[in-house]
Amino acid sequence: MYEFDWSSIPGALPFLWHGMVRTLQITGVAIVVGIVLGTVIALLRLSKNWILSNLAALYVNGFRSIPLVMVLLWFYLLVPQLISSLIGRPAMDIRLLSAFVAFALFEASYYAEIIRAGIQSVSTGQISAGLALGMTRGLTMRLIILPQAFRRMVPLLLTQAIILFQDTSLVYVIGLAEFFGVAYNTGNRDGTLVEMLLFAGAVYFVISFGASMLVRTLQGKLAS
Amino acid sequence: MVTLAAGLDWGIFFKPAFDGSGNYLRFLFVGLQWTLLVSLLSWVLAFIVGAFIGILRTFPGKFLPTLAAVYVEIFRNIPLLVQLFLWYFVFPEIVPGLGTWFKQGFSPLFQQLISGVLCLGLFTAARVAEQVRSGINSLGSGQRGAGLALGLNLMQVYRLILLPVAFRIIVPTLTSEFLNTIKNSAVVSTIGLAELSRQSQQLGEFTAHWYEAFIAVTVLYGIINITVMLISRLLERAIRLPGYVGGRG
Repeated sequence: MYEFDWSSIPGALPFLWHGMVRTLQITGVAIVVGIVLGTVIALLRLSKNWILSNLAALYVNGFRSIPLVMVLLWFYLLVPQLISSLIGRPAMDIRLLSAFVAFALFEASYYAEIIRAGIQSVSTGQISAGLALGMTRGLTMRLIILPQAFRRMVPLLLTQAIILFQDTSLVYVIGLAEFFGVAYNTGNRDGTLVEMLLFAGAVYFVISFGASMLVRTLQGKLAS
Repeated sequence: MVTLAAGLDWGIFFKPAFDGSGNYLRFLFVGLQWTLLVSLLSWVLAFIVGAFIGILRTFPGKFLPTLAAVYVEIFRNIPLLVQLFLWYFVFPEIVPGLGTWFKQGFSPLFQQLISGVLCLGLFTAARVAEQVRSGINSLGSGQRGAGLALGLNLMQVYRLILLPVAFRIIVPTLTSEFLNTIKNSAVVSTIGLAELSRQSQQLGEFTAHWYEAFIAVTVLYGIINITVMLISRLLERAIRLPGYVGGRG
C-alpha cells in the first residue's frame, strides 16, 4: 500500500499561492484581451467587406485548428525574437510575456466565435429598427445589438473562462511555473510528486467546479 | 527575426535525423503516426465510455444519472495536463500491485501510450457524454413514452428508438470533439511520447531550425483538420434524417 506523505504541502503553500496568482494573471489578461479582441474579430467577420470578413475567418479558423501546445511554443519562439529586435532586453519575464500574448490571441479566436453567435442570436428586426430610427450601423451595433448579445453570452463567456483557467496549466511546455508548474517542481524536488499532483488536481477541481456552479446559478437567473 | 532574415532552409528535412532513424521528414512522419494513433485509440475509448455515461444520465431514477453526472464533473473540472500526470505518475504508484506490473511489464513507450490514451479517452468521454445526453434529451419525452406504451422495455426503447436518432443528430458536434481530441493529443508530448508537437520541438532543438519545424507541424495539423472535416461532411450526408435539422425535408 502506498504511504502518503502530505507533510511537504504546508511548507509549499506560499510558493503554490504565488503560482496561483500567476495562473490568475494569465487567465485575467487572456479574458480581457480575448473578449475585446474577440468582439472586434466577430464584428469584422460579420462585416459586409469580404476581405475583412475572410481575414477574420482566417484568424479564427487558424487558431482553432492547431493545438494550444503548438500555439504556446510558437509564441515562445516569436515573442522573444520580436522583443529583442524591437526594444532589446525585456523588463519582464519573457516566458510570462509569451504566455500572456499566446493566451490572449488564442482565446480571442474562441471568444470571437461565441460573440459572433451571440450577435447573430439577436433578431435582425432590431437592426432594422435601429436603422429606421436614423441610427448609423455602428451606433445600432453599440447601443442595441451588443448589449443584448452580451447579456445572452455571459454564461458562455464565463464557461470559456473556466476552460481557459484550466488550460493555463499548459504553460508547463514553455517552462513557466504557474500553479501547476510550482506543484510539479516542488513534488519532483521533495519526492512527493504523488501528493503534490493529487493536491493540484483537487485545487483545480474545487475552483473550476465551484465556478461552474456559480455560472449555472447565474444562467438560471438570467433565464427567469 | 534573425533566423527568418537568414532565410528558411527546407533542405533540413532531407538531412539525417539525430536518432539515426532516417531523415527528418521521416522523423515528422513518425510523429504524425503517433498523433493519429493516440487520437484514434482515445476516440474509440471516449466514444464507448461517453455513450455509456451519456445514456446513464438520461435514465429514469436518481442513482445512475447522479453517478454519471459525478463522472462528467470530475473529468471536466481538472485540467487535461493534470489528469495526464495523474495517470502517468500517480495512478501506478497508489494502486497496490498495479505500479510494479505497469512499470516492469511494459516498455516506457507503452507506458506513455497507455497513460496517454486512458487520459485523453476518459477526458473526452465526459464531453461526449454531455453531447449524447443533449442528443437524447432533444428528442423529447414523447418518443420514449410511445416506445414504452408499445410494450418495449427500456433497453429496447433506447436501442431501437432513441439512440439511432440521437447519434445521427450529434454527428457534427462529435466531429468537432474528435478534432479537439487530435489537438489535445499534443499534451501527451509532456510525458515524452514522440507525437507531432514533440517531434517539432526535438527537431528544433537538434537542428536549430525552429521555424521550419514549427511551420511544417502547424501545416500538418491543418491538413489533418481539413481531412477530418471533409470525411465528417460525407458521413453527415450519408446518415442524415429527413425532417431533422440539415436533413432532407
